[in-house]
Amino acid sequence: MIIGIDVGGTHTDGVLLSGDTIIKSAKIPTKKDNLYESVIKALDSLIENTNPSKIKRTVLSTTLTTNAVVQKKTSPVAVIVSAGPGIDPKFYKTGDYYFVAKGALDHRGRELLPVDEQEIRQVSEDIKKIGIKNIAVISKFSPRNPSHENQKEKIFLANFKNIFKGHNVSGHLNFPGRINTTWLNAAVYDSYEIFFKSVNKSFIERGIKSPVHILKADGGTMPLEQSLKFPAQTIFSGPAASVMGALPSSDKNIDSIILDIGGTTTDIAVLAKGVPVIAQNGIKIQNIKTLIRAIETRSIGAGGDSFVRVENSKILAGPERKGPAMAFGGGFPTPTDALVFLGEINEGDFEKAKKGIKSISEKINIPMKETAEKIVDITAQYIVDSFNSMVSDINNKPVYTLHDFLDGYVLNPQAILVLGAPAGVFAKRIEKLSGIKTLPIENFSIANAKGAAMAKPTCTVTLFADTARKKAYAVSENYEESISSNYSREDAYAKAKALLYAKAEKMGANMKNIEIETIEDMSFNMIRGYRSSGKNIRITLQVRPGLVSA
Amino acid sequence: MLKAKNKTGLVFFPAFDWAIDPTHPEREERLLYTKDQVFEEGIMDIDGIIEYKPLEVTKNEINRAHFCVPDIESVTTHSHFISAGGAKAIAQKFAKGEIDKGFALVRPPGHHAMRVVHGGRGFCNINIEAIMIEYLRKEHGYKKIAIVDTDCHHGDGTQDVYWHDPDVLFISLHQDGRTLYPGSGFHDELGGPNACGYTLNIPLPPNTSEEGYLYTIENCVLPILDEFKPDIIVNSAGQDNHYSDPITNMNFTAQGYAKLTTLLNPDIAVLEGGYSIEAALPYVNAGIILAMAGIDYSKVMEPDYDPKNLKESPETMKYIKNVCEKVFDVWNSRHNLKKKIYGNDPIFKRKRNIMYDTDGIYERQFQYITNCDKCGGALKIDSESDRGWKITGIHAPVNVCEKCLLQAEAWYKESNSEINYFHDNKNDRFERKKH
Repeated sequence: MIIGIDVGGTHTDGVLLSGDTIIKSAKIPTKKDNLYESVIKALDSLIENTNPSKIKRTVLSTTLTTNAVVQKKTSPVAVIVSAGPGIDPKFYKTGDYYFVAKGALDHRGRELLPVDEQEIRQVSEDIKKIGIKNIAVISKFSPRNPSHENQKEKIFLANFKNIFKGHNVSGHLNFPGRINTTWLNAAVYDSYEIFFKSVNKSFIERGIKSPVHILKADGGTMPLEQSLKFPAQTIFSGPAASVMGALPSSDKNIDSIILDIGGTTTDIAVLAKGVPVIAQNGIKIQNIKTLIRAIETRSIGAGGDSFVRVENSKILAGPERKGPAMAFGGGFPTPTDALVFLGEINEGDFEKAKKGIKSISEKINIPMKETAEKIVDITAQYIVDSFNSMVSDINNKPVYTLHDFLDGYVLNPQAILVLGAPAGVFAKRIEKLSGIKTLPIENFSIANAKGAAMAKPTCTVTLFADTARKKAYAVSENYEESISSNYSREDAYAKAKALLYAKAEKMGANMKNIEIETIEDMSFNMIRGYRSSGKNIRITLQVRPGLVSA
Repeated sequence: MLKAKNKTGLVFFPAFDWAIDPTHPEREERLLYTKDQVFEEGIMDIDGIIEYKPLEVTKNEINRAHFCVPDIESVTTHSHFISAGGAKAIAQKFAKGEIDKGFALVRPPGHHAMRVVHGGRGFCNINIEAIMIEYLRKEHGYKKIAIVDTDCHHGDGTQDVYWHDPDVLFISLHQDGRTLYPGSGFHDELGGPNACGYTLNIPLPPNTSEEGYLYTIENCVLPILDEFKPDIIVNSAGQDNHYSDPITNMNFTAQGYAKLTTLLNPDIAVLEGGYSIEAALPYVNAGIILAMAGIDYSKVMEPDYDPKNLKESPETMKYIKNVCEKVFDVWNSRHNLKKKIYGNDPIFKRKRNIMYDTDGIYERQFQYITNCDKCGGALKIDSESDRGWKITGIHAPVNVCEKCLLQAEAWYKESNSEINYFHDNKNDRFERKKH
């Protein structure tokens, strides 16, 4: 049996699955200042009368990290960077203590300026005096050569335990993104560690010995133990759970849109033949660029409670929400009121909804029924326009090779799946306006928890080899090897694949049906003069998000 | 947090799977380290910098700038359509007001491609700036255009395409043609009879460094641009004036390129040459992008940058000032030059021999242009190559007057070469007939 628990903003949902059948579900209010308690409450209600040894796997999706960032409840971090030629690193100041140290590497990882160990020792003493406990060390171009970060870590180890290194975050080149992501891991570490320890303890106390996994932003899972090193990866696992929850209802042969229609916002995601489209280069949180891979989602200000008013004799809806619908005690008309008035929602106070619709209808001089229809259509049209523009943006992502330009995958959605409270009533309008078959997903909150429960582990490996420097690195795996000048693309690919397999196994993947996807596979001849001086090889492989087979 | 003062669009198309041949300077690897640097700097995430996917140009968009012999397919690869399409994408976003400035960081380059194309010359097959400019003129109504070519090699292709057009001011700064390919670009190349003084060449001596180059921009190029008052300034942003470039002999720097971009303040920049792919391009490109966006670039420099080693000698400075004087002479006397140089025939004729170094082709041309004070004139080109092609190309510019258009039509009617082209940019009419 599998357990899935999705800690949402207002509710915590849980399911107990046998195969893909829900045996039991739980729904409790989320206690915002104690997410751990919410997890355990949901867990206890699920495992009541169940032999704990029968539970083979548990997956948790929490908003802990997101909350810490949004509520600015992060721990102080000392950030030590070194840059070399390029944009002045002072512009990337992050954290409570920010120091630009000596040392520089170039785009191939060659040393331009060595680390000044004396300087770092001094910095280490200074930070200790200030009393900051968590350290983030980031060098420009560290994915090409992690030695400077490692050298600094060694010095900091004399005074500190929690040192986060930039190259462990991602093999992707993006210095500011790497600074932010490393800082984020260090900044949420303390609160995450408390949560992690409590959860671990409680599971042992209840006799559950099977592994506990954490849902990541990319819709994959990682073992609880692993998540301690990269707590930032749990950010946005809520939207990821929704998308994973919609997966069982999607058709693997076509592209689909997933809409999660809430009161204030609608979240949009896209499936390419049943697989979520991933933002490979990382997402932003609170306008901070990170290198955290995540399911590509777009949140728009359109929902059941969008504020409806008339401006210049035109009906407008959203993006802001001014409270609940009038039918549910709010002060302003909303799309929900229109649906109550039209008799499509049989809840709430009909008279109050009617009053709201009447106020709009009088302003534009259109009968009430027509007005209500218009309000719903405007909202649905905004949602349709937004997902069309999202699909077009994904299709128009920059590409860097002829091959990708000419033969790149072009999304052509042929189905829409709608989650959320007003899903059913919006679905048919969205279908009419978009001309795409639209299906509501019932029991969507349980679907989220089920999506989390059934999510497979994901992981990615980036390998960089430079045969002129005779070095191969997969920095996030702490892999470094001296290679010969005969090292080939095939060697690099095989190595990357082996590293990915090892990582997937560590992540708890079922190795029997592992599917590898190539993200980048390039080998360049480096010509100096008229001769080849070596090869510059870049391989990135990933295990895509998906559901465990029942 | 960094924020761009100017909303800046970028098209980055390094064509990682395209080369002229595996060891050619124009090979897969050329923009690899530039991509590494630009992405590691996080430039694409800066607020106000937007990366766009290139478009593909259509055949008729190419026809506006070229007569391709025997046809477009034979002298291009798909990469050329996308490279030109990258420049077009930037032009489109600019014309629609989505961006304040734009840079097409694309390859292959184009500024050696002339109006008639028998093959590749100077690594170029079709002229990506010219195709972009004709797009801006036809689709977005731009009238007066200035092109400043800062590639180290004379932009002889762009010069050829706009030789007769007084609405397009072409200024090329380059290493003196007596010391570098293509061996042209002297003061006396100053435009055809209808556009005298609207082609300006500034041949700079070898070893020109920051001081001399920036002096030329400030004291020669900028005053001329001020007087011309273009609707748009396009920079053919070659990067081979760099001190580390393997195929040229100049002493320019990443700081120099960034400052040049700030001074020149182009609306659109299009990458041309630049073959010091590790020591120069990563820093030069980062510098140009930041300069366009109005972001601090004071720390963008080569790892081995040392201004002391690159100081301009007094002799070089003196020589450069003299070059600038000569350019001013041409510009200031442009209204009197036509009579003096070309006389007053109803139709002018010129003969040219053109070499295609990349593909090893020789071409012989006779050009005929109507004498017109109202437009750029109707142009007829009889061209034959040692590959055996004989063609006649008739071109009516987008600003063509009625009389010259009639002449162009009459020429086409009577033309009887192996292939005859009629390209009327004003009405987007592109016809061809065979004999």
